[in-house]
Amino acid sequence: MVFEKELNLDATELRLGLPGSSEESLRISNKRALPDMNDDSGVAAAKKCDQETAPPTKAQVVGWPPIRSYRKNSLQTKKTEAETGGMYVKVSMDGAPYLRKIDLKVYKGYPELFKALEDMFKFKVGKYSEREGYNGSEFVPTYEDKDGDWMLVGDVPWEMFINACKRLRIVRGSEARGLGCVV
Amino acid sequence: MNYFPDEVLEHVFDFITSHKDRNSVSLVCKSWYKIERYSRQRVFIGNCYSISPERLIARFPGLKSLTLKGKPHFADFNLVPHDWGGFVYPWIKALAKSRIGLEELRLKRMVVSDESLELLSKSFVNFKSLVLVSCEGFTTDGLAAIAANCRFLRELDLQENEVDDHRGHWLSCFPESCTSLISLNFACLRGEVNLGALERLVSRSPNLKSLRLNRAVPLDTLQKLLMRAPQLVDLGIGSYVHDPFSEAYNKLKIAIQRCKSIRSLSGFLEVAPHCMSAIYPICGNLTFLNLSYAPGLHGNKLMKLIQHCRKLQRLWILDCIGDKGLGVVALTCKELQELRVFPSDPFEAENAAVTEEGLVLVSAGCPKLNSLLYFCQQMTNAALITVAKNCPNFIRFRLCILDPMKPDPVTNQPLDEGFGAIVQSCKGLKRLSLSGHLTDQVFLYIGMYAEQLEMLSIAFAANSDKGMLYVLNGCKKLRKLEIRDCPFGDAALLEDVGKYETMRSLWMSSCEVTLGGCKSVAEKMPSLNVEIIDESEQMEFNLDDKQKVDKMYLYRTLVGHRKDAPEYVWIL
Repeated sequence: MVFEKELNLDATELRLGLPGSSEESLRISNKRALPDMNDDSGVAAAKKCDQETAPPTKAQVVGWPPIRSYRKNSLQTKKTEAETGGMYVKVSMDGAPYLRKIDLKVYKGYPELFKALEDMFKFKVGKYSEREGYNGSEFVPTYEDKDGDWMLVGDVPWEMFINACKRLRIVRGSEARGLGCVV
Repeated sequence: MNYFPDEVLEHVFDFITSHKDRNSVSLVCKSWYKIERYSRQRVFIGNCYSISPERLIARFPGLKSLTLKGKPHFADFNLVPHDWGGFVYPWIKALAKSRIGLEELRLKRMVVSDESLELLSKSFVNFKSLVLVSCEGFTTDGLAAIAANCRFLRELDLQENEVDDHRGHWLSCFPESCTSLISLNFACLRGEVNLGALERLVSRSPNLKSLRLNRAVPLDTLQKLLMRAPQLVDLGIGSYVHDPFSEAYNKLKIAIQRCKSIRSLSGFLEVAPHCMSAIYPICGNLTFLNLSYAPGLHGNKLMKLIQHCRKLQRLWILDCIGDKGLGVVALTCKELQELRVFPSDPFEAENAAVTEEGLVLVSAGCPKLNSLLYFCQQMTNAALITVAKNCPNFIRFRLCILDPMKPDPVTNQPLDEGFGAIVQSCKGLKRLSLSGHLTDQVFLYIGMYAEQLEMLSIAFAANSDKGMLYVLNGCKKLRKLEIRDCPFGDAALLEDVGKYETMRSLWMSSCEVTLGGCKSVAEKMPSLNVEIIDESEQMEFNLDDKQKVDKMYLYRTLVGHRKDAPEYVWIL
């Protein structure tokens, strides 16, 4: 029987590189010791397989999985946009000496966003109504959308807002009155 | 043996359109060869290095349509260095010089420079159709040249190319006089386009049947385009993000409802999933649906969409559809012939959301299934055996278990029996890709049963040379064999070198073949080019014949060694 009592990790280790060379490039080599033909090869191979598949799950094999680079790049871009970078947007407030940045992904909806803005800039948002915007408050949250237009925060569903918002600007109530008016 | 004048035979040959048949016809006798070659308009060249443009032109002076493929298939997966070859420029130059009346050029995995596109656009008065698949090397400047100069352009189809987008005005380069467009696909471009120019172009293209937009085309533009082109048959949506309560959305709904001819839908490169209901009215007629670039669409929204698509024949989807979603497909899409399930998270095998269960469900519900590409977390022999029984009509069967060498998780056995069942049951199988833990046994089955097999892709499989030998000896119709990370060595490679002349190409990387073995093949078979690709420069310093070769690509050719190989490619 070929099953070693001692786990010969060197022989079964998935090595990166050609046999005889030390670990180099990102290639999982298939150069495992071949199971003895007399052996219950299925089981032996499976055992070796277990050992082999365990470590390199995180290692990236070149050219694996076999999907076109174009597709891989597309997914990567989407992933980066969607997850890793977060959705950081600049926030400016009229009169404040410098801008801040917040990650929109962190908030579940408008209430949380407003709370964060209020904390950050020490102001109160005021009551939102579809008809009149943020009437009654000194400061009004606005945002620049993908078309470059300045919009009132709160009109569209949250998901849509975070996808469209490029930056935030908290304007003085007096300036913002135009935005809150019904057309 | 001419009982008829040449013109009659020529007329008869007009009805013979398949390349294979025309090739056969040309072999009957000298007279038929002559008539066939003068009347041949469409030529397909599967490996651009197998023949030279000069010889092509000499044989087929009436050439109108040329299809060329360049790099080996594994180039798609970054296994072939960038400048390996596959340049189209020499072809265009030669065709232009000889005044061939080229009307159509279809390229796959080739390097296409802006210079080539410009030359192409200026050299052929009747040029009508350019299709580029998985190509690279050009920018939107090259596209501008095509737009500006090809007065009778009908088709510009860019599929999954890496294009350097200069955010230019290429769309504006279509002159006002250009009204002949039938197909325009620029979904793979990443940059902005001139939306006004696009709208005007679509307005003046009454024959436009296929339009695939890129991400930069927003919803309100889409709505305007659809209003101007309700005759569309194939639509690729760019950005689909909007407010469901807005005026724009209402207008879109109306516009879509007017498009009663749409049979093929793709794109959704940016998608707001709560707005899919606008699409429902056209779902019932769809035969092709490609959502494989829309990771934002999943769960119930996705299933609801699929439930409307009863006539679907081809479905390309991401694995976030899940096994459950595939169950919905199985219940709804009874006409399904082709299914492709791509991984939404390619590097985390555990996150793959489909398993053998989804595949079994589809095989049970969709008896017409004949083409499969399936990336999954795991597969079992039992499932494959069931699939083989349910769907004996597979022509293409490509299975990729994301974790290489993974065995059947239930029995811990290799997947030999499962794939064996597939090849035994599917007598018409032409293309097969294997994955998972596999021994020599599966190759025994393939050699025995896969009589129609033309293309085989193998990775991380087998125990010994026997595996490769079973395939080479058994599969009489094999044309392309590509192997990576398998223990196949010189013994297998050298057993029957004559076989390679009956095939288009053989690729072997990270196997056990040595420099000496490759040299031996090259020596014995002058009709083959045996290329060694070695970027690490190991070959330079160590010319020992026993040295293992990292990447070998051999292919039959009529024109000997190519002259455009880069430094790290050795042609033996």
